[in-house]
Amino acid sequence: MAGTSFDLQLLNLCAALLLLLSFAMLAQRRIVTLVNLLAIQGALLFVATLLLAWRTGERHLYLSAGLTLALKVVLLPWLLHRLIRRLQVYWDTEPLLNISGTMLVGLLVVVFAFGLAQPIAALASTATRSAIGIAVAVILLSFVTMITRRKAMSQVVGFLSMENGLFFGAMSATYGMPMIVEFGVALDVLVAVLVLGVFFFQIREQFDSLDLHHLESLKESPAFKKSAPPEPVQSVQEH
Amino acid sequence: MAFLLLLGTPLCGALLLGFYGARRWAADLNVGVSLVTFVAACALTAQVVSEGPLLVGHEQFFIDPFNVFLVTLTAFVGLTTSIFSRPYMRVEMTHDRVAAPRLRLYHSMYQLFMTTMLVALTTNNMGLLWVSMEAATLSTVLLVTLYRTPASLEAGWKYFILCGVGIAQALFGTILLYFAAEKVLGAEGGTALLWTHLNAVKGHLEPTVLGLAFVFLFVGYGTKVGLAPLHNWLPDAHAEGPTPISAVLSGLLLNVAIYAVVRCKVLVEGSLHSQLPSRMLMAFGLLSVVLAAFLLWRQRDIKRLFAYSSIEHMGIITFAFGMGGPVANFAALLHMTVHSLTKSAIFFTVGHAAQKAGSQLMEDIRGLITLSPTIGWGLMMGSLAILGMPPFGVFASEFLILTTAMREQPWATPILLAALGVAFAAIFGRVQPMVFGETTARRLPHPPALLPVFAHLAIVLMLGLYVPPYLADWYRAAARLMGGQ
Repeated sequence: MAGTSFDLQLLNLCAALLLLLSFAMLAQRRIVTLVNLLAIQGALLFVATLLLAWRTGERHLYLSAGLTLALKVVLLPWLLHRLIRRLQVYWDTEPLLNISGTMLVGLLVVVFAFGLAQPIAALASTATRSAIGIAVAVILLSFVTMITRRKAMSQVVGFLSMENGLFFGAMSATYGMPMIVEFGVALDVLVAVLVLGVFFFQIREQFDSLDLHHLESLKESPAFKKSAPPEPVQSVQEH
Repeated sequence: MAFLLLLGTPLCGALLLGFYGARRWAADLNVGVSLVTFVAACALTAQVVSEGPLLVGHEQFFIDPFNVFLVTLTAFVGLTTSIFSRPYMRVEMTHDRVAAPRLRLYHSMYQLFMTTMLVALTTNNMGLLWVSMEAATLSTVLLVTLYRTPASLEAGWKYFILCGVGIAQALFGTILLYFAAEKVLGAEGGTALLWTHLNAVKGHLEPTVLGLAFVFLFVGYGTKVGLAPLHNWLPDAHAEGPTPISAVLSGLLLNVAIYAVVRCKVLVEGSLHSQLPSRMLMAFGLLSVVLAAFLLWRQRDIKRLFAYSSIEHMGIITFAFGMGGPVANFAALLHMTVHSLTKSAIFFTVGHAAQKAGSQLMEDIRGLITLSPTIGWGLMMGSLAILGMPPFGVFASEFLILTTAMREQPWATPILLAALGVAFAAIFGRVQPMVFGETTARRLPHPPALLPVFAHLAIVLMLGLYVPPYLADWYRAAARLMGGQ
């Protein structure tokens, strides 16, 4: 099929919307909306997978589209909304960098992502190879979301959106991973959210808040305290 | 058969203990399950030794000399830790640090953690390897936060987020690996992620993509190894969780993560024909050794002290694997074995010492030798062993690594030696007053289980003096495998 066929255009539209959504997440401070954005991201992934399945006729892509619908559009957002209601965390505090600053960082990240994806895209034989750059950009933008947020809840949304980016990357580079791996990854994500649910209640019980600055006392020397972002995420970004 | 038993036993044990984990006999059941797992591992080893490498379950699992020795080691330390945890958790209950219902979570997750590690070690599928590594993190997050103290919650959150993000990079690396492999092996039949197939065609895999994949895989699994600068989660998770969990995290999980890195390195090196993977391993290994050696000086908490010592030893092992070659690989495998045995033995004694003193701060722990000679001597011997004193096994492996470094990478030898010296002074200076100082602490309500400590140290001592021929052959076969032959 030619590169300009209608379904491919739709696929590229999905990819572009995914990138836009990542920026929307970067700017959004209301946690409920953040979860809704995550659900829309899942829905877009579902549509993209379905289109790709229809285009290539690969059976396992239909399966993984179904898995995406069940897990990322219905189950995870529902679990997160329930958690938000029961923990009553609706707003994130002021992010560490103001919105326009974050957006600028995001733009640079996208340029970097396309640079990183170029050698991969050049070797890919899939019709969707132009979307690989977008997938890498979504992954890196989710990193930025996680780094700039204070609330545990928004960091988790960033984490899940990163997983979505990885899923999209696998799809556009190789039409998805082998089925057994995809099931395993989906299971891990589901368990991760359940574990986090339990974990949040424990944090809540202990601190009466889900703000992560409570979780910064374990430093090398007890005297050294400042209101820095949780370090682990930051150090990861260097790579 | 032995293989099914090996993976099935801990899984069934996890389910059973999920229901009955709070009963009085749950700890005994835990020991029993671990014992059956260990017996299965031994049977499997015997089978592999006599019949050669094994492929099971539509090639999804395979057992070769490299992973079978890690499987046995994992099952063995899993068994001894469950023996140690029996009186330890009872004392914790008497001290009101955990309630009985929470032990259900503890026992069930302990077995689940063993299952995930055994799956990670035996799987042939690089994707499943990722899945089980992530599952290993998830099953231990709630164990780290078992005491629900603010510090343990913080440690658990750090552990989850840092390892989660790190391992997400490994997933990206796995995707890239699949991307390169699919071109050679094809997407049909799902063989493109099977390590044995990848290993057979590694010379034909696209080098640019594999180089990129290795960077992500190394950073991802390296986070779990605890390599600097991604080590932040490790001391917290080790210090704040219950001591049996510190012992298995340090003694086993780190080994499994290194195993994953080495598996990836073998593939990538075969494709790249360059020094990139080796250099990365050496650089990060050396950085971890040096950083950990100096951070040891700043520790006040005994479990954090030995957690940093784990980072140091993981650095040494990574450096040795980076040098490559039959001798260095042999030494690294030996070091993995003795470190895992010694470090878990140290955590066993440290756990009881901290229970006696009622604190993990080193200034509060004094005079172990008068209180309980066995704990005191256990800690002293363990520390001497981990610091690389002859005649313990750590000395033998470190000696081999250093002499190889002198020949292959002479520039690194003084750095390694200096770091080992700094670490020696830091640890020995702290342990000495803890063992020999004055004390007023009281007796524990349950007698500690010190059999595992001395069993581990005896094996380490034996490995220092004499490596049995079949074990040496086994290491050599594994080292050859890593050389890519």
